[in-house]
Amino acid sequence: MSGINYSEKIPNNVNLSGDRALQRALEHWQPNYLQWWQEMGPEAAQNFDVYLRTAVSVQPDGWAHFDHVKMPDYRWGIFLAPQDGSRKIHFGENIGRDVWQDAPGEHRANLRRIIVTQGDTEPASVEQQRHLGLTAPSQYDLRNLFQVNVEEGRHLWAMVYLLHRYFGRDGREEADALLQRNSGDEDSPRILGAFNEKTPDWLAFYMFTYFTDRDGKFQLCALAESSFDPLARTTKFMLTEEAHHMFVGESGVSRVLQRTAEVMNQLKTEDPAALRAAGVIDLPTIQRYLNFHYSVTIDLFGADQSSNAAIFYSSGLKGRYEEGKRTDDHVLKNDTYRVLEVVNGQLREIEVPMLNALNEVLRDDFIKDSMAGVGRWNKVLEKNGIAFRLQVPHKAFNRRIGTLAGIRVSPEGTVLSEEQWKAHEHEWLPTPEDRAFVASLMGRVVEPGKFANWIAPPVIGVNRQPINFEYIRFN
Amino acid sequence: MNAPIPSRVLNQHLIDPEICIRCNTCEETCPIDAITHDANNYVVDPGICNHCMACVPPCPTGAIDNWLKVLSDQAYSMQDQFGWDVLPAAQDIPDGMAGGETPADPQAEEAVQADALDEISPLEGMPSTAAGSSIPPWSAAHPYVNLYTHKNPVTATVVGNYRVTGDDTESDIRHIVLDFGTTSFPVLEGQSIAIFPPGTDGAGRPHHARQYSIASPRDGERPRYNNLSLTVKRVTTDYDGKDAAGVCSNYLCDLKKNDTVKIIGPFGNTFLMPNQADANIIMICTGTGSAPMRAMTERCRRLLKEDAFKGRLMLFFGARTERELPYFGPLMNLPKDFIDINLALSREQGRPKRYVQDLIRERAADVLPLLESESTCIYVCGLKGMEDGVLQALEAVVSDAGRPWAELHAQLKSQGRLHFETY
Ligand SMILES: Cc1cc2nc3c(=O)[nH]c(=O)nc-3n(C[C@H](O)[C@H](O)[C@H](O)COP(=O)(O)OP(=O)(O)OC[C@H]3O[C@@H](n4cnc5c(N)ncnc54)[C@H](O)[C@@H]3O)c2cc1C
Ligand code: SF4
Ligand code: SF4
Repeated sequence: MSGINYSEKIPNNVNLSGDRALQRALEHWQPNYLQWWQEMGPEAAQNFDVYLRTAVSVQPDGWAHFDHVKMPDYRWGIFLAPQDGSRKIHFGENIGRDVWQDAPGEHRANLRRIIVTQGDTEPASVEQQRHLGLTAPSQYDLRNLFQVNVEEGRHLWAMVYLLHRYFGRDGREEADALLQRNSGDEDSPRILGAFNEKTPDWLAFYMFTYFTDRDGKFQLCALAESSFDPLARTTKFMLTEEAHHMFVGESGVSRVLQRTAEVMNQLKTEDPAALRAAGVIDLPTIQRYLNFHYSVTIDLFGADQSSNAAIFYSSGLKGRYEEGKRTDDHVLKNDTYRVLEVVNGQLREIEVPMLNALNEVLRDDFIKDSMAGVGRWNKVLEKNGIAFRLQVPHKAFNRRIGTLAGIRVSPEGTVLSEEQWKAHEHEWLPTPEDRAFVASLMGRVVEPGKFANWIAPPVIGVNRQPINFEYIRFN
Repeated sequence: MNAPIPSRVLNQHLIDPEICIRCNTCEETCPIDAITHDANNYVVDPGICNHCMACVPPCPTGAIDNWLKVLSDQAYSMQDQFGWDVLPAAQDIPDGMAGGETPADPQAEEAVQADALDEISPLEGMPSTAAGSSIPPWSAAHPYVNLYTHKNPVTATVVGNYRVTGDDTESDIRHIVLDFGTTSFPVLEGQSIAIFPPGTDGAGRPHHARQYSIASPRDGERPRYNNLSLTVKRVTTDYDGKDAAGVCSNYLCDLKKNDTVKIIGPFGNTFLMPNQADANIIMICTGTGSAPMRAMTERCRRLLKEDAFKGRLMLFFGARTERELPYFGPLMNLPKDFIDINLALSREQGRPKRYVQDLIRERAADVLPLLESESTCIYVCGLKGMEDGVLQALEAVVSDAGRPWAELHAQLKSQGRLHFETY
């Protein structure tokens, strides 16, 4: 019923074998996917048995099943949250009608575009993280990296299924193209900027999983509200997996802070040079990484005013975060929202129609959520008696998309001249020296229960296993 | 945890704010909306959570798997929990009240589960099961659980509702048959479902769902019809005997044919009957605790007709009088060589009061060999108060014969052979 059929070539809970043409099309796509995984997936990890979580059903008791699995044998499949027969459209112009089980003709192009954009980010992060396996700070972390990677891979499957099942030939072509673009590739880069940035070291990885996968959470939450029911159900289940990715980021940075704080207390110093000499990452460097990943990620939400966002919402394709829990009219025709713009060298807020500002609404929800987590990071410092506090930079800092693109703004929100920016940029964004220093700490630690010097062990193990559990069996 | 759990210690389900990443997965998963959040924390409402464990596996951090022993009048409110930065330390539980170890060992998942189900008497819908096994018998069929949740309940139609206690008695116990139409609702004997009574409580919130054990076997009250039955006692007084009209039981007892009810479930994955042909079953119950016993007995009776059951059934059933004993007539019609029935009546005119534990002791000679056979499973269901008495009686049966009870008790638990469900 809710189980996932693992005896099939492509495990699924969508009765794939009942649609032979679709099954054949996806089985045709599968070898290309596996080829992509071989070439672009985690480097030099093809033979390890990794303690992975696999879904055996999409119900609470079945979707987190742990076992050692050989990475390339991981069974990627198609899992949708159970259908709720009575779901109604709950926002936009069609509010109150039954949700769509098929893509309506007039919305096909837009839906396809949304799905392709979402789908494009999934393999991108695998590509960006490809080299990290060689420098993991522990078995525990290596395992988490692989878990994130296989699930990003599965999220690609989720989108490819939708493209194949609901978008005919165009859908099949788009699905193929998802494997042809590659992160950072000069000729065919990934669609969104942040997914062409490098994730060169583990601090960057934690920041990425904290900030950028949280973008994923907000996008998926907005899509989980969609009137196109298959999309809503797909993304609903993806969200359960996405939560782990954010956990890797949040706890990863926490552990880096914990370790730095310990050494600060041991050596009784705040001097970055002394801390670097002791082999831990100084807090200003962590702050610069944070500034970078935060600002690049909030660009992912798109332009602050967008007629596409309005169309997506009004036509019921993409809702807001927690749409169902909000108490307004869910049509938003008469509402306004405040967005930033620069006038005479000053940032100021202007009112614009809410529908056009929905990207900004989602970005602001994201910002609230991220800031709360940064507050939790600061608790680590607080507990260790350290006065330094991490901060998220101003929303207008280092933006490349929308009205604020290219405008120079300090982390505090002061508009700057190009010269002023240049004079301080190295205080705000990671410098080549910062990156070189962090890179110098990256060395592989794989003995069970051992951790690199720059990061503290986690509080609890995966699935409550002990910290020195053999999360990976290197064969 | 050999001793029964005293009734004033509860295991409160809490989220560790230091580990939780506020990902919302648990809130999304909880079938009965026991989890909520504010800008600061995710918290569990102790008035709603029934320790079903659905939220535990999907939590990516393990933050949700915390169970703190607290005295029931000192449970942490949601307001308390919203304000936390760290989990509070364990409360001082007075000596003699501690219900076993706080689950500190990360690998003691099993123990955590059992512990988590400890008595929480002021809360709704919380069976006490900790004195017994936290695993089902080895041969039990695999149950479906939580198929229908708060977010997607099912509607069933009442197709029967009649009284199964004497008309002139105080206790109004009813046999209610519910039909699920074409909605798939697979159940096993020993599982329960929960029903939402219509309307709202004093605070204007919709009433919580109440649990009821299924009284019919897996293939339905009427075989191969998609229905099941419940045994519901009309609650007219509270536990102290003061007048109090139970919200859900009165609603159910007053239902008419063709009325519809809102249901979630099924629940329960350990109080399940063995499935091998030579299994013996000892059933100990009072009042509506007879519901799962009726289900199991009827299952065995149907199997017997196909020659697929060869074990022994032994029943200890407590009530005040014969006429207050649900299903008395049908029960008496069962063949004596099929089921060994022992009725403990506490208010029968002109006879001394007898309780189930007295009868267990009296029948020690027959109970002992059954207890010692690995093919025997024991089920206890009914009022919370019977737990201690039954355990002591079982202990007496074993120790009086010079056998080590502690050892056997541990074995019964680890083999999934001793099961409690009291409420
Ligand atoms: C796993 C499980 C299985 C259950 N199976 C059955 C079953 O098969 N048949 C059945 O009738 N009930 C069963 N119950 C109990 C049932 O869930 C309700 O608690 C009961 O029907 C009372 O609910 P109410 O809404 O009528 O009373 P409420 O409105 O919740 O309570 C009214 C008052 O009565 C008190 N009270 C509640 N229950 C009882 C009781 N049983 N005896 C005396 N006072 C009580 C309360 O403390 C309160 O003061 C089961 C409970 C659990 C946890
Ligand atoms: S244990 Fe069950 S009822 Fe309690 S919070 Fe978790 S899912 Fe909800
Ligand atoms: S699922 Fe776990 S980590 Fe996520 S909000 Fe709930 S308790 Fe926190």
